[in-house]
Amino acid sequence: MWVINNRKLFYIFSGILILISFMSLIIWGLKPGVDFTGGTLIEVAYPSGLPDQAKVVLALSTIDSAVSVRQSGDNEYIVRMKAINENEHAVVTKALSLDGSASPVEKTFDSIGPILGAEALRKSYISIFLVILGIVLYITFAFRKVSQPVSSWKYGLVAVIALIHDVIIPTGLFSILGHFASYEVDTLFITALLVILGFSVHDTIVVFDRVRENLKNANTNKPFGEIVGESISQTFTRSINTSLTTLIALVVLYFVGGATTQHFTLALIVGIAVGTYSSIFIGSPLLVTIERWKNNK
Amino acid sequence: MFKHRAKAVYLLLIAIIIGYFSYATQFPDNWLGFHPFRLGLDLSGGSHLVYKADVSKLASGDISTSMNALRDVVERRVNIFGVSEPLVQTQENAALSDKENAYRLIVELPGVTDVQEASRSIGATPILEFKLVTAAQMKSFQASSTQSTIGTTTAEQDAAYLAMFKPTGLTGRMVARATLQFNQTTNQPAVGLNFTSEGRDLFAKITKEHIGDYIGIFLDGKPISVPVVRDAILDGKAEISGGFTNDNNEASKLVRDLNYGALPVPITLISTQTIGPSLGAVAVNGGIRAGIIAFILISIFLIVWYRLPGFVAVVALGIYTALMLALFKLIPVTLTAAGIAGFIITIGMAVDANILIFERMKEELHRGRGIWDAMHEGFARAWTSIRDSNISSIITGVILYYFGSSSVVTGFALVFIVGVLVSMFTAITASRLFLYAVAPQRQTKLSMFLISNGFRKLKV
Repeated sequence: MWVINNRKLFYIFSGILILISFMSLIIWGLKPGVDFTGGTLIEVAYPSGLPDQAKVVLALSTIDSAVSVRQSGDNEYIVRMKAINENEHAVVTKALSLDGSASPVEKTFDSIGPILGAEALRKSYISIFLVILGIVLYITFAFRKVSQPVSSWKYGLVAVIALIHDVIIPTGLFSILGHFASYEVDTLFITALLVILGFSVHDTIVVFDRVRENLKNANTNKPFGEIVGESISQTFTRSINTSLTTLIALVVLYFVGGATTQHFTLALIVGIAVGTYSSIFIGSPLLVTIERWKNNK
Repeated sequence: MFKHRAKAVYLLLIAIIIGYFSYATQFPDNWLGFHPFRLGLDLSGGSHLVYKADVSKLASGDISTSMNALRDVVERRVNIFGVSEPLVQTQENAALSDKENAYRLIVELPGVTDVQEASRSIGATPILEFKLVTAAQMKSFQASSTQSTIGTTTAEQDAAYLAMFKPTGLTGRMVARATLQFNQTTNQPAVGLNFTSEGRDLFAKITKEHIGDYIGIFLDGKPISVPVVRDAILDGKAEISGGFTNDNNEASKLVRDLNYGALPVPITLISTQTIGPSLGAVAVNGGIRAGIIAFILISIFLIVWYRLPGFVAVVALGIYTALMLALFKLIPVTLTAAGIAGFIITIGMAVDANILIFERMKEELHRGRGIWDAMHEGFARAWTSIRDSNISSIITGVILYYFGSSSVVTGFALVFIVGVLVSMFTAITASRLFLYAVAPQRQTKLSMFLISNGFRKLKV
């Protein structure tokens, strides 16, 4: 099977992607959204014409000297500043109108206190950890009767390596996009990561399930690598097709679904594409690699 | 065969009725009643406010009753604005935060975008306090000052006057009921107070120990009345007179606030989200369009690749959509932009089980089984991988639901979980029924073409 025979090539390809992701994460890091850092995000439109950006910044700098004002669309600004209370909000509203000379419309106003931000971050870490743990435990349980020649917890381990692969690449992409296009990492992004985790394990399970079945039926002399290779080629079409239908839905959503969920959808598209790739080209070949290691010892 | 067809027709009819229900109830004035989709604030426009409740002064045992009382009070205040379907709920995060930050009050006001006004009305706490000044202190103050009341003297004198008063611990929290009364001789408005048992005991103690001293009754930090204690008051009743202007608005407002308003727990606003109504409409239209286009594209793919079974999967997907929409109304699920996205993603995922089954069927056909055998085997053998992958989705969904830090995330998670469960029914049970109903009986070139899929040709 060409996937198994060329597995080093796929390892190298994934290795490069992961390396790039790590480099970007180390150099540029991620741009956390206000729901993690706490702070205020105001989307303000000026239907009768956008006032000068510098003037808006100047007016707002009395409240927060580190205010950031970015243009979005033809007549909108996105304002970012520290978390503010109701009284400060009134001052901000007045500042945005440049003391009455412009007529702003606040389309959205989000102000999140730092306590909530820290809590959202903590919850995100916990949920990522729990999802990974839950999936490993489940796979270990579901494959508990498969112990030859690779024991069941190793299926779980390989699934997790594939999962980490699937999560690091979109995170790296968002780090790069964060640097060049100010993409932010918010709670929706974490949700996307968790959905990627849940989804990409699907394809991995489909292949593993076939390996499990083929091991049961095969005669004992057949090399493990061959059984895994057969399992991959038998499940190849369905792995691609199941992801394809989901990707169709996601791509449509990306282009038609509106701006609110666009970054969320992008993270999902990348994650699910990478996840399908990893379950065919990384996950199952890794089983063979692990089995070889064991035999060489 | 006939039995399968009859069942399939029933199922189809039920699905059509459910679909009709989802559609018809979207409009007012129909015989099924008006049950539109419940849209989240991000789609309908409105405000989402999160308050931190300061429970540090409460005993652990009192926290939950106080939080419930807080919710009731805020609910009454919110109802005064006439907002339709406001949401007021308390939230406890004891597991994840220290006690100080664990208790929250969440207020959602659909349609209200002037948060400043709203939060002022919600957070306004008329703080009623009883403070003491000894007779000796008052005497020496009056001797040194030209005026004995606040407002008519200099700021320094005001501050000195207020500084004399010492808190007693008796507050508006211990008022069980307030009534509006009128002095019989002067016809001046007055506020009658009935203390709770705790308040009665405290008030009795204070008045017993301080006969001759002054009790300052403070509203929001300002003294409204400073009577002399003439006798111990043991029955837990008090009257605040004087300080109110003749038009009795002020007194009746105090009565209302004390009865309905006084917040049992102090709260501070820690998060505000306001979404203008125009943004939501764009998201809803985009979501609907995306859903329809995704459905059509997925259907084309299924029919082109999987032919007759593919068509069956499309019918099953139609039933999935009808069931989901009806469930959104019946549960009811509050739809957010992320929830709609979640629904569209599940449309793509709902057919996964179909694909697994049909691929398995093809394999069995390749092995030379007959059409019916292959169908049975396809459903039976695909089951383990469908089960395993759906359980991993549900694990993800449940964790997301419980640890989701915002309504955006939990809204997505709920749709996701319901979607996985419903799709297991439509992609397995419903698809099987339909496929058995329409599967060709004889093995001809045409029937093998219809039941097969992909590019590789099957031998007949």
